[in-house]
Amino acid sequence: MPKDNGIGASPKRREDVRFLTGAGNYTDDINVNGQAHVHFLRADVAHAAINSIDTSAAETMPGVVKIFTGADFAEVGGIPCGWGVTDRHGNPQQEPRHPIIAHDTIRHVGEIVAAVVADTLEQARDAAEAIELSLSDKPAVVSMGAALAEDATKVHEDLTSNLCYDWVFGNPDDDAVQAAFDSAAHVTTLELVNNRLVANPMEPRVAIGDYSRATDEHTLYTTSQNPHVIRLLMCAFVLGLPEHKVRVIAPDVGGGFGSKIFHYAEEAFCTFAAKACGRAVKWTSTRAEAFISDAHGRDHVTKIELALDADNNFTALRTNTMANMGAYLSTFSTSVPSYLHGTLMAGNYKTPIVQVNVKTVFTNTVPVDAYRGAGRPEATFQLERVIDKAARELGADPIALRRQNFITEFPYETPVALTYDTGDYVATMDKLEQVADVAGFAARRAESEKNGKLRGFGINCYIEACGIAPSNIVGMLGARAGLYDAATVRVNATGSISVMVGAHSHGQGHETSFPQVVADMIGIDESMVDIVHGDTGRVPFGMGTYGSRSIAVCGSAMVRATEKIINKAKKIAAHLMEASDADIELKDGQFTVAGTDKSVAWGDVCLTAYVPHNYPLEELEPGLEETAFYDPANFTYPAGAYACEVEVDPDTGKVSIERFSAADDFGNIINPMIVDGQVHGGLGQGIGQALLENAAYDEDGQLLSASFMDYAMPRADDVPFYQVDHSCQTPCTHNPLGVKGCGEAGAIGSPPAVVNAVIDALQSGGKDVTHIDMPLSPARVWAAMNG
Amino acid sequence: MYEFEFEKPSTVAEAVAALADEDAQALGGGQTLIPTLKQRLAMPSKLVSLSSIPQLKELSDNGGMLTIGGAVTHAEVAAAAADSYPALADLASHIGDPAVRNRGTIGGSLANNDPAACYPAAALGSGATIVTSTREITADDYFRGLFETALNEGEIITAVRFPVPEKANYQKFLQPASRFALVGVFVAKYAAGVRVAVTGASEEGVFRWHEAEAALDTSFAPDALDGLSVDAGGMIGDMHGTKEYRAHLVGVMTKRAVAAAG
Ligand SMILES: Cc1cc2nc3c(=O)[nH]c(=O)nc-3n(C[C@H](O)[C@H](O)[C@H](O)COP(=O)(O)OP(=O)(O)OC[C@H]3O[C@@H](n4cnc5c(N)ncnc54)[C@H](O)[C@@H]3O)c2cc1C
Repeated sequence: MPKDNGIGASPKRREDVRFLTGAGNYTDDINVNGQAHVHFLRADVAHAAINSIDTSAAETMPGVVKIFTGADFAEVGGIPCGWGVTDRHGNPQQEPRHPIIAHDTIRHVGEIVAAVVADTLEQARDAAEAIELSLSDKPAVVSMGAALAEDATKVHEDLTSNLCYDWVFGNPDDDAVQAAFDSAAHVTTLELVNNRLVANPMEPRVAIGDYSRATDEHTLYTTSQNPHVIRLLMCAFVLGLPEHKVRVIAPDVGGGFGSKIFHYAEEAFCTFAAKACGRAVKWTSTRAEAFISDAHGRDHVTKIELALDADNNFTALRTNTMANMGAYLSTFSTSVPSYLHGTLMAGNYKTPIVQVNVKTVFTNTVPVDAYRGAGRPEATFQLERVIDKAARELGADPIALRRQNFITEFPYETPVALTYDTGDYVATMDKLEQVADVAGFAARRAESEKNGKLRGFGINCYIEACGIAPSNIVGMLGARAGLYDAATVRVNATGSISVMVGAHSHGQGHETSFPQVVADMIGIDESMVDIVHGDTGRVPFGMGTYGSRSIAVCGSAMVRATEKIINKAKKIAAHLMEASDADIELKDGQFTVAGTDKSVAWGDVCLTAYVPHNYPLEELEPGLEETAFYDPANFTYPAGAYACEVEVDPDTGKVSIERFSAADDFGNIINPMIVDGQVHGGLGQGIGQALLENAAYDEDGQLLSASFMDYAMPRADDVPFYQVDHSCQTPCTHNPLGVKGCGEAGAIGSPPAVVNAVIDALQSGGKDVTHIDMPLSPARVWAAMNG
Repeated sequence: MYEFEFEKPSTVAEAVAALADEDAQALGGGQTLIPTLKQRLAMPSKLVSLSSIPQLKELSDNGGMLTIGGAVTHAEVAAAAADSYPALADLASHIGDPAVRNRGTIGGSLANNDPAACYPAAALGSGATIVTSTREITADDYFRGLFETALNEGEIITAVRFPVPEKANYQKFLQPASRFALVGVFVAKYAAGVRVAVTGASEEGVFRWHEAEAALDTSFAPDALDGLSVDAGGMIGDMHGTKEYRAHLVGVMTKRAVAAAG
């Protein structure tokens, strides 16, 4: 029987009522009395020296409040990078200043050159057109290869080159690694591109700065996944404001996918400008601005080599990657191609030697940072593609080759610094073979061939490090922040509960799933519990939502705080029933004295806590409110196996996904329906990356796909009905719920499955194609077939 | 957008008069024009809405001649022509999304003449007549290249007359992002001969593939096209497909259109 309450139940998402009926309260829905509007004049060239900016005519235009240029921000800090990577020689990454408004140089199309604050947005735009810019164009540095050339133009004159860092991870001994390749029976090599993406959440970014002269307090309303992180970065590094004078509110947020983690210039601008103008200042990004100002994702160019012995055991793996940073270092940019990518290179396999080499590169493009999966999709893609290629070269069955090399004993220490606490990759593969009906593939292929189509089957395994992250470990690796989370459980006098959480829900359904946990622990109805999130003025200091961390980290904090509540409530119950608290049991919202029929209800205990007439005041404080901070002991390791089946139209190269099956191990599951939804969404984005999406620049640094006319998002009819199974569950060993997180799995595991399937289809049609770079658009597939 | 005046006349004559002002511009369904204005890429002094002129909303089927008013929406064509000219109705029903189809008009589409738009292929492939506020223009004379037509300043498309063919079909290969035609081919078989019009592919905009027409005149079957191809030289090459790919697709889509026309 499916449960209808608590952990394991699938109640419908309560937040959907307001989202689906237009009652959501998004940042753009907020209007502050007397607010002015800012229009950002953005660079339309990729690289230029700014000789002068003449705002005099613009300042006299109707409605103009104030015009800001880079000079106005000379006294404040730049946008900080939250992670310092140390390179292979022990040197720190090169870290350029990241100004709020371009000062003397423009470094990417879309960079803010001036900001016009006016009574109305149209007036601000009118005035922006009257600003006179004198620029001297410089050569645009666009491709990473060209950026690293000896005589390349520098994106930042004050740095020694366009190299941010040159990093090695895993086994640093080149000779030892080479020796493993030299003694291999077979080596498979693959060069590939992990295509640059634009996150494109449905809601574009918005920021509203408000300032009260009465209290000297700032309020920033912003579309963020982590309001406390924004407050910390903006106060401590950019504007130098005391945190207690700044409140950051991220209300309903319409999707983030990573792109709303980062601290952006527009947030600091609106906060700064509100005080400078004496008025609230509002900015709502247009879609066109989003394409050239939201941090992009991925953009790696990789060569990967896999060595195998004569029995097809993996003996060594070596990768060389160039990763694009864009023009500046966004908040988590440097951690993505290093620690979030290199640590996952072992995958699900017991390869003894792994060496990861990464060069991160500055170019005159939009900054690149975490996007759903962040580094882990890049790792999975290259690994699972090279394994598939090896299987083809060796004539081995791709499933058998993977099975043979699976890690089967846990805990397992990888050669790339992680300790997988638990998992069962054989079980997920068994499950996948069943869900994907591998046995029926031959018949389905024959049917497709009858219709003139090529059919392919592609397999893929993934593992990810989620529940980010143990603060001491990431601190050692260069993180400039802790990655714990926090929750306050506030029980009201009548027994209802508000839980203030540091995680932020922007599509994940926390408002439904978090209360399920608390209600389950106490044994009351979920409707008695609400969460509060997204407001530094109301919730404890938490680090927000990304890296599939919310239930694993913040949920653990919530469990710890609820345990404290239960302990205290038991003491109150013991007092009321004149028993010892060690004898008190809590079940279904009733406290009973073990072995007796004496009981007192949850509500009575709560009331007693707030109306302490009969209460052990000498021993116990009144009230019922507890906070817990939780710092995880390890990462969590969701893993699974995916299968994709495609049809390729040989006449046009068009790929259609006929089946997609996923067998995931997420450990314990709070709300199976929400988990299904998270996987579906991730798969949709991964399929989007594999078949459709491409942020392409021309050689002048202009984004060619700068609107939905050219940037192809996956639509409903681009994806199939999914078979999703998460019945394989090896609970996480180190957090109280045994949960691992499920937010990114779909996006990590699907691109290689799709590409592997297309290659399988083409080879079944006798085409000698071993690789096609994503997106596998009809044009590219056709070109590969006819190449 | 920039500021502009707005007029909503109820007759063609009033609309023509309103459009006589310098920089006045007609507004059909606004599906192309409004986004252009929002991006400040156009600065008309006045918009003259054609949506309240009854004459432009007329649709008639007159013994083998389908006449569609210039302000008739794509959704209305999809519904009204389903029996009389199914290939045309089908084309209209696959333009954009429901919002676009319920606002966008045939007059707007033909006036705009986007090189990847669908209606130009139907008009040219059907040998339609573009009826304007001042004259009648055959489709063969009307299309003049990318976003270029025979229309003069202030001239309004009041109707489009489509001779209904014996058989016809439109095959649209989607550009993955915009879902306009990466290549679209309209094939129509008339007693007087076959017409093949190609959109999306050429740097010159919609064009007739005369070689294919001649082959299909001889035998209206897909294999009549075997060995025929358009020259990749004049094709569009961009991030969604090379010139060669588009040239190849013209052949594939033409065959499919012939096969589907039956
Ligand atoms: C998301 C989206 C998807 C689309 N997909 C497709 C597609 O798949 N295939 C396709 O073919 N099109 C597509 N379109 C374009 C759509 O068909 C437009 O409706 C059409 O191009 C313009 O028609 P309109 O009535 O909206 O014209 P408007 O935008 O109002 O006007 C366009 C131009 O035509 C002029 N004009 C309008 N009416 C007349 C008239 N009667 N006489 C003279 N001049 C006139 C205007 O002055 C303006 O210059 C799409 C549009 C969008 C927004």
